[in-house]
Amino acid sequence: MTSRLDRYTTYVVLAGFSVMAIYPLLSILFLAFHRKTDNVTGFSLPTTLSLRTFVDAWNEGGFANGMWGSFLVAASVTVVSAVLSLLTGYAFGTMRFRGSSLFFNLIVLGIIFPYEATVIPLYYDFQSLNLSGTYWTLILPQIGQSIALGTFWMRAVFLTTPRGLVEAARIDGAGSFRILRSVLFPQVRPALLTLCVLVFMYTWNEFLLALVMLQGSNNTTAPLGLSYFAGVTRSGDPTKVAAAATIVALPVVVVYLVLKRHFIRGVLAGALKG
Amino acid sequence: VSEASREAVEKSAARRLTGRAPGEPRRVAYLYILPGLLAYLGFTLFPVLQTVRLSFYDWDGITAKAWNGLANYRELIHSVEIRAAFGHSVELILFYAVFSIAIGLLLTALMTHFRVRGLTFFRTVLFLPQTIATVVVAQAFTWIYDPSGPLDSFLRAIGLGSFAKVWLGDFTWALPAVGLIGTWISFGLVLILLLAGAQRIPPELYEAARVDGAGFFREFFAVTLPGIRNELLVALTLTTITALRNFDIVYNTTSGGPAGRTEVPSWVMFHNAFEVHRVGLAAAIATVLTVVISLVALVISRFYTNARV
Repeated sequence: MTSRLDRYTTYVVLAGFSVMAIYPLLSILFLAFHRKTDNVTGFSLPTTLSLRTFVDAWNEGGFANGMWGSFLVAASVTVVSAVLSLLTGYAFGTMRFRGSSLFFNLIVLGIIFPYEATVIPLYYDFQSLNLSGTYWTLILPQIGQSIALGTFWMRAVFLTTPRGLVEAARIDGAGSFRILRSVLFPQVRPALLTLCVLVFMYTWNEFLLALVMLQGSNNTTAPLGLSYFAGVTRSGDPTKVAAAATIVALPVVVVYLVLKRHFIRGVLAGALKG
Repeated sequence: VSEASREAVEKSAARRLTGRAPGEPRRVAYLYILPGLLAYLGFTLFPVLQTVRLSFYDWDGITAKAWNGLANYRELIHSVEIRAAFGHSVELILFYAVFSIAIGLLLTALMTHFRVRGLTFFRTVLFLPQTIATVVVAQAFTWIYDPSGPLDSFLRAIGLGSFAKVWLGDFTWALPAVGLIGTWISFGLVLILLLAGAQRIPPELYEAARVDGAGFFREFFAVTLPGIRNELLVALTLTTITALRNFDIVYNTTSGGPAGRTEVPSWVMFHNAFEVHRVGLAAAIATVLTVVISLVALVISRFYTNARV
């Protein structure tokens, strides 16, 4: 039997760590609802709900550009790698063919490669292809990397689909693409959405590739724009940096709050599958 | 995602394959994997191999490459700066992995012993740090550690003003300050992982432990800890790898300073490749970093048990 006091202590400890998890985020959110002239020190509740600081940060930091760049890159990478992972996962999860485990292991190996391992040659490769500074330099490498995670994830999902369904459809004369589209796709759709959510988040938040690939270019991404804006503005006006940081974090946080089960399930299952 | 969790999937796949009727379509499978395979080979695997190849050259990124064998690796081993960077990574593992796992274990022990409500809410909050761009996290903590920010203001308010300092510019404190950002990023994820494992432990085990008169600690060491062994190893792998590949936080908080005290391998790699144009040396650092990360994943995966409680 557990005493009421012990349970109460548990809640307090848990609440304490929850506050720690959210405090840094609230501190910049609240800082953003101030003006430089407020001379904020420490933790300060908003004095106004005016969005002036956000508007100024948006304009001065050129965030229209960065947010568009990030959206373009994240959306392209998500859509393309989801489609390609659906196809590879389907083959690895439901078909038997020579070399399947070799190819699978080769692709999944990519999950542990950091961008540090690829960014140097990629930069020079894209230079020789005359693609320096374009969004292709971010989209293509992140598709390659996302396929490693996506193949691993989608194969595991296809392995859980009932064999009987596929066999019945095949006896009815359905081809492999037809089986994927009409029989299996409806079953794997929720898991595919989870994958999309994860890839979108990773791509939106990516920094190193953007820093390297877009150097000396007018193209930018939201995190890269924030890094640059903070570098030139921080000592002058921390409230604007806080507003800019909030803007950059917001899209993923909104998606997270709407689809949080997908995020948590995706990250957990991606790590634990098996 | 680790080698071992992959192997587990592998095994269950093998089991299914043996029970499969022969005579299914196979040739068409190559068509399905082709586009994904090509994108992966071209934009991930091939560049990794190119990095390894570049590590054997002396190159400024512009003029012709000159083969110089193992010279970059010799320099890497002898360079005080690079060795220090790898040392800092080891120190960061303490914060990213050890601290966050300690917090995760403490909370898991409490939450399995004293069943609490509102888990969904706590999970939502605790997972939030995982979703925030690291560049944003860096801005938040730059503010927290700022001399006029919350931390120093708090210290002054409670009469400990003498402890207030420019945390990220302090010789001694900059690296721990960066490390604590990692603890903050990781601990919620670790907790959620461990709780997911704990939820799979059959309640009968806890009942049996209580019948045997096990207290809080006995119950934790006899039931919970063995039951979450695999989740613990996954958490260790993920957080250690995150610590090793820490670039964004360092670049956006300290840029390796003060006086190199927070330089980490990926920062030194970036600096050599794109700021001082020693591409070969940078590629050698990237190669060593990749090997270290792979070894960590491989070694930890040796300790997985396949039998689930």
